[in-house]
Amino acid sequence: MGSDIAEEMRRDYVCDLIRSGKRMDGRRFLEYREISVEKGVVKRAEGSARVKIGNTQVLVGVKMEIGEPFPDIPNEGVIITNAEFVPLASPEFEPGPPDENSVELARVVDRGIRGSHALDVESLCIEEGEKVWMIFIDIHVLDDDGNLVDASALGAIAALMNTRIPYERHGFSPREVNPKVDNLMVKYTPVAVTTVEIDGNILVDPNMFEESAADARLIVTSTEDGDISCIQKSGSGVLSENTFERMIDIAVEEAHRIRKIYLR
Amino acid sequence: MKRKVEQPLIKDGRRVDGRAFDEMRPIKIEVGVLKRADGSCYFELGDNKVIAAVYGPRELHPRHYQDAKRAIIQYRYNMAPFSVDERKRPGPDRRSIEISKVSREALEPVIMTEFYPRTTIDIFVEVLQSDAGTRTAGINAASVALADAGIPMRGLVSAIAVGKVDGEIVLDLNAIEDNYGDADMPVAMIAKTNTITMIQMDGKMTREEIQKGLEIAKNACRKIYQMQREALISKYSEEIE
Repeated sequence: MGSDIAEEMRRDYVCDLIRSGKRMDGRRFLEYREISVEKGVVKRAEGSARVKIGNTQVLVGVKMEIGEPFPDIPNEGVIITNAEFVPLASPEFEPGPPDENSVELARVVDRGIRGSHALDVESLCIEEGEKVWMIFIDIHVLDDDGNLVDASALGAIAALMNTRIPYERHGFSPREVNPKVDNLMVKYTPVAVTTVEIDGNILVDPNMFEESAADARLIVTSTEDGDISCIQKSGSGVLSENTFERMIDIAVEEAHRIRKIYLR
Repeated sequence: MKRKVEQPLIKDGRRVDGRAFDEMRPIKIEVGVLKRADGSCYFELGDNKVIAAVYGPRELHPRHYQDAKRAIIQYRYNMAPFSVDERKRPGPDRRSIEISKVSREALEPVIMTEFYPRTTIDIFVEVLQSDAGTRTAGINAASVALADAGIPMRGLVSAIAVGKVDGEIVLDLNAIEDNYGDADMPVAMIAKTNTITMIQMDGKMTREEIQKGLEIAKNACRKIYQMQREALISKYSEEIE
């Protein structure tokens, strides 16, 4: 909350470095931290992935259940995305109901997946108006060293690609099940890339200090065809039109790179 | 996105309600409509009816939320239960929590919070009737209400959504277009300086469509800014007379 002295000093330090063309961890402005994606890390989940971006660590699990569709879309499966900022991940996280940051994160990840049509929601319909598959994407933040959104979005799509539909547990006999559709079909792979502007410079993948030094960040989620499936400006700063346009281009390009390496 | 609609959303170059692609719904602004609030504004955008009230700067409790250097801004977007077809359960849901956050961040850049350390400026937006576009209507109303409350500001914030409907980029989606369209992109700008204070996009758009949409939204924000300005001027010139 309040702006204490240590925070201000850190902010000055980050900005001074950037003015001289450097970042505190030695990266170039448009250089992403090292990423790792491990799929299938939780046996009990239908799909899961642990994503690390530098020291930031997020675990995403997918569970599937059978439920009722929404009345206005009786022939579509349901996707529910939730994020928990558990207190073990940062001294700033407190137990309790989700705050605005975790709500925003979950909704941004959700929109990225939904907007990209990554999942064929109609194929998740079992009986129109009665029974559909409900996909729960749960984001568990383990360590917050900045840029939780990118890590969570990458974890979510990786976990979905890793998801096996739990037919047997829900009473479908193995014979009815077509082994080819045992895995959840993922048609597109949306990747979120966050950029910030500090002193007129655009930085990709801000770490925790850079994130708090920046007034505004832009999250852009894009798919393999270069289309955008979610945009969110976050933070109380402003963006010029020119910065906004450049941030989109940077994000789309970086998303292509990340997808090629980590979502094979 | 739901794709179940009987009639096309665009026919002969016109939209379901007869508007052109870059045409906004009618806007009505009234300043100072509430007695108790320090500043207020009633804002209509087509069938959207919202009311914004500003209280403050005033003391902030609990004290550990205070900022020694500036006022903090609190923004609450709330929908009346009867404002939508299916009754909305009262109280904040995840959608309104997110809208409150991005709306607050849309206004923070223009408010000179450094003048009022340790205080809070509270903005309350109530949606009385909704027809897609309530967050932008709320921001427009709140911006005028802040000025009405006499809060020093660097400029007015104006907001409007653009989106993609039947493959066309259109301005200010109504509820049908929002429900059955392909994308929605609400934008808030400081019209005077062409800077973006809020932008969100939901759906699927190409790079070029976003650029085109932003251009249309920018022009609309300029028009809204003029109307906000005129509404404020006419209220205060009346008072002088």
